[in-house]
Amino acid sequence: MSRVIVNVMPKPEILDPQGKAVTGALGRLGFNGLSVRQGKRFEIEVDGDVTPEKLAEIEEAAERLLANTVIESFEVVTD
Amino acid sequence: MPRIGVVTFPGSLDDHDALRAVELCGAEAVPLWHGSDSVDGVDAIILPGGFSYGDYLRCGAIARFSPIMDTVIDAANRGMPVLGICNGFQLLCEAHLLDGAMIRNVDQHFICRDQRLRVETIDTVWTKSFTKGEEITIVLKNGEGNYQADPETLKRLEGNDQVVFRYLDNPNGSANDIAGITNARGNVVGLMPHPEHNVEELTSPSLDGRKFFSSVLDFLAVRA
Repeated sequence: MSRVIVNVMPKPEILDPQGKAVTGALGRLGFNGLSVRQGKRFEIEVDGDVTPEKLAEIEEAAERLLANTVIESFEVVTD
Repeated sequence: MPRIGVVTFPGSLDDHDALRAVELCGAEAVPLWHGSDSVDGVDAIILPGGFSYGDYLRCGAIARFSPIMDTVIDAANRGMPVLGICNGFQLLCEAHLLDGAMIRNVDQHFICRDQRLRVETIDTVWTKSFTKGEEITIVLKNGEGNYQADPETLKRLEGNDQVVFRYLDNPNGSANDIAGITNARGNVVGLMPHPEHNVEELTSPSLDGRKFFSSVLDFLAVRA
């Protein structure tokens, strides 16, 4: 069993209200000078080896479902 | 009598309100099911509000791949009137029938209020009974109604007169105060406020929602 990670982040030009709320809470806890943007991490278990074809398939899955590329960017990383 | 379908997805909340509003406004209400690929020969389709699939992943992202959506997308591309309300609007954006996307409200609050809007265009099948510039009040209730699109898309929407409704006092940070938009053809409209909640004196602060339904009924009558 192999694992592939897909990280999804709001695009830099898109406001991130959740990240902003977390940043505010960190400041109130005394963690100063930290600015957070919040995204999503998908851990994908793959049957068999992670071939280039499999990676291309996961790339397509990320484009079609895991991320909305109107507001989010994504990266596919082998674990 | 025109037949207007309302699709129920797992997690739809306002499907029955929409069906009731269709009936009150003088059409036959037809319940449709997400798991079927048939829209039962209806004349128009409403994608209702709610929290399809619990808003998991993104609002509307999973419902967008329901079997019925391929049929809805085909019908929309052939010119059938389609109205997306709240979660239905999010779904239409996920399906790329409408531009842009919704993110969380700018102050993170779930907003529930009677929202004042301005009707910006009556050149759609769902707004032809309004007058341009008319100010209306429609129920708004959502946590992720903050409409966003890239600058070129916003410019195109504004230039083509595809912004249908604007908030009079933008409650959620939406770009250009946008509350609802249409496609280039004017047959697909999506908005975050809920016109199906503004059709009856007993429960509504206004009856402004009725004009959505009279608009589409006018359109269907002329076409018939």
